Amino acid sequence: MTRLDLARIPAVRAILTARGPQLGVQLAAMAGLILVVVAGLVGTAAGSRNLATVGVWIGWWAALMLVAVPLFGRLWCGICPLPLPGEWLQRGAMLKPRPGGYGLGRPWPRRLRGMWLQNAAFLGVAVFSLPILTDPRLTAVLLIGLVLLAVALSLVYERRAFCRYLCPIGGFVGLYSQAAPVEVRVRDPHVCATHKTKTCYVGNAEGYGCPWLVYPASLTSNLNCGLCLECLRTCPLDNVAVNLRAPGADLNLAGRSRSDELFKSLLLLGSALVYSVVLLGPAPAVRAAAIEIGSPGWWLYAAGFLLVTVALLPGTFLLAVRLGRTGARSALDRARSFAPSLVPLGIGAWAAFSLGFVMANLSYLGPVLADPLNLGWDLLGTASMAWKPIPVGPWPVALVIAGGLAWTSQKIRSSAERMAGGLKAAAPVWGFCFAYSAGLLWVFAG
Amino acid sequence: MSGERLARWAFGVIGIGIPVALFGLWTIDRGVVPTLHARLSEAGGWQPSVLEAAVGVPLELRLISEDVVHSFAIGRTGMAPIDLPPGQPVRASLIFTRPGTYTYYCTRWCGADHWRMRGVIEVTGPGEPVPPPRPALYLSLGVDLDAEHPASAVPSGRPSAARGAALGASFPTGAGARDAFVTRAPAEIWGALRRHPSTQGLTDSQVWDLVASQWRSTTTPAALETGRSLYAQNCAACHGEDGRGEGVFGAEAGAHAPGDDSHDSPPADFTDPSRMLGASSALLQGKIVRGGMGTGMPYWGPILTEAETWALVDYLWTFQFEEGK
Repeated sequence: MTRLDLARIPAVRAILTARGPQLGVQLAAMAGLILVVVAGLVGTAAGSRNLATVGVWIGWWAALMLVAVPLFGRLWCGICPLPLPGEWLQRGAMLKPRPGGYGLGRPWPRRLRGMWLQNAAFLGVAVFSLPILTDPRLTAVLLIGLVLLAVALSLVYERRAFCRYLCPIGGFVGLYSQAAPVEVRVRDPHVCATHKTKTCYVGNAEGYGCPWLVYPASLTSNLNCGLCLECLRTCPLDNVAVNLRAPGADLNLAGRSRSDELFKSLLLLGSALVYSVVLLGPAPAVRAAAIEIGSPGWWLYAAGFLLVTVALLPGTFLLAVRLGRTGARSALDRARSFAPSLVPLGIGAWAAFSLGFVMANLSYLGPVLADPLNLGWDLLGTASMAWKPIPVGPWPVALVIAGGLAWTSQKIRSSAERMAGGLKAAAPVWGFCFAYSAGLLWVFAG
Repeated sequence: MSGERLARWAFGVIGIGIPVALFGLWTIDRGVVPTLHARLSEAGGWQPSVLEAAVGVPLELRLISEDVVHSFAIGRTGMAPIDLPPGQPVRASLIFTRPGTYTYYCTRWCGADHWRMRGVIEVTGPGEPVPPPRPALYLSLGVDLDAEHPASAVPSGRPSAARGAALGASFPTGAGARDAFVTRAPAEIWGALRRHPSTQGLTDSQVWDLVASQWRSTTTPAALETGRSLYAQNCAACHGEDGRGEGVFGAEAGAHAPGDDSHDSPPADFTDPSRMLGASSALLQGKIVRGGMGTGMPYWGPILTEAETWALVDYLWTFQFEEGK
């Protein structure tokens, strides 16, 4: 498959390897994060007028889900400000490696590796997401908590343990970055194999060993690559490429996903469905219940959320895979092989949800950017901008869902063929994906 | 300066400087212009609930609603309400010419306990203090506001002031005066008229029309319009726009507990003649001024002027009497 290696273009390579631009963007993001946190703590409690809630859950979310993830994969992880303070303390440097730094540098416990903790963190945030989405104080507290957690983990464990194993957004972005048209890969694995010092993993004077605990030569998907570009800096053999590629290249891989990745896929599908029902659906009572933490309605909502995301959707998917049984492999084993196929469906579902949610609320950005601390300023002349939903219409949403379904269907077919299961193996999984898409469309149709 | 040092400086400036600057700016700004937060009553109402001001010195305020749309107004001043959309700061400059205690309140139906959203402004300084409201008429009449007041008689249809006026009947001496109407319940007025020799040739309904005519002759279109406006703004939330006691917050007003819609004292049904026609205007005004003890009926004494309370009472009779026909 054709790839364009951006690192071979000298000007681009110079920008990618220089630390200044990346750190500059990261610091700007940190300034934004601080502004958001301060606004969340001292600004109005009205969520629709506070920079914390509007800036994060509408502005940042729109940029992440509708632009960054589909086009640039894990670009956000490369400039995310959450791990910056902890990483600085851990390294003792903001730019090139130098002696010093704090922390115990312990390896992350083997038993906690994988995406299970991330899945749990996502679920933990997700059941409280409506209050967080609407309450600026909660949003600020969540962000502060994530920064403190990242700092604490940086001081105890090596590298970016928080990003790799705990960040609730990281797993989400990582999973869907597999469909992105950008990747970091080694040019020639044999060069890596003969390279004795493995500077990409252990670091050298030019950069740090992979913060994401990935050995670049073994990279076959974007799942765990944070696009920090350290390997590009530390490779003395000029063997690291930053490729533009056809979208979804990772989804063609013959290897099986792990169970935690499969679960993540289904968890995110379920979450997109529940969020669409709660935030965009026609039942305000459900929305009201999801906000009142601790009320009987909220418990019901939380139980429903967990039932759909943890039991119902995964259970139905396993059942579908089981129905298409061919050969001796277990249903779980075959389900794992189908897992990458679910990525486009998930991207379509989340893009559809984000389109509806963001476009309905985008006009809230004007006032909060003009008056970020609710002091009566009008920095941009947009402080009095009235809320005006941008109509999306049913077709773009339907198109996005249908696009995801079509792409997923094609991947299911490829996976089924690789399993030598043919149509019999693919049909029930197609049925599952079709039913899911139809359900989502039904929710949007109101 | 090395790149590393520059980066650390940038980190320090952003990580420490920005929050310090933002908090500092916020603190200074709040010190210069005090902020009055409006929240649903169950979430705290007005905060602070007591403000201080000096005569002739503008009280600069930043008003901000922290949840739903509220509205700020000061009672008994005729001040036009200031709407407070959620999260949108609104600046106000208030100036007081007389010392005294002023009550500010929310004029929007923001929630079931909307009427509890009240606070006071203590204004000090030279000048004649704002006089306290005159004692309400019910006190001098010795009316028991909490006693039942069933009507001794009710009409078979809705009495009409125009029909009553068209009868051309003359009232007994003094009966047509406003005092005579507001101090007695319409049923009582009807009984007196019914017994009077001048109404012997009239039907019961015609006598009721005379009562309606008496009501109409003791008020003005301007007072009725004021009453209509005050009712829509302050009363309809519970009593309903049609006066039937079924307003949007009617079920919750006076409920035993939040969420428990059962209660002993639902909002009064102004269209019920057996109850309304047994009440005098003085009694109704007393209820408005004092509130309904033990019910959800708020007290409006610190909010409405005496003229406004009477205008409101006059309007309430439109739920019993027709002006035209």
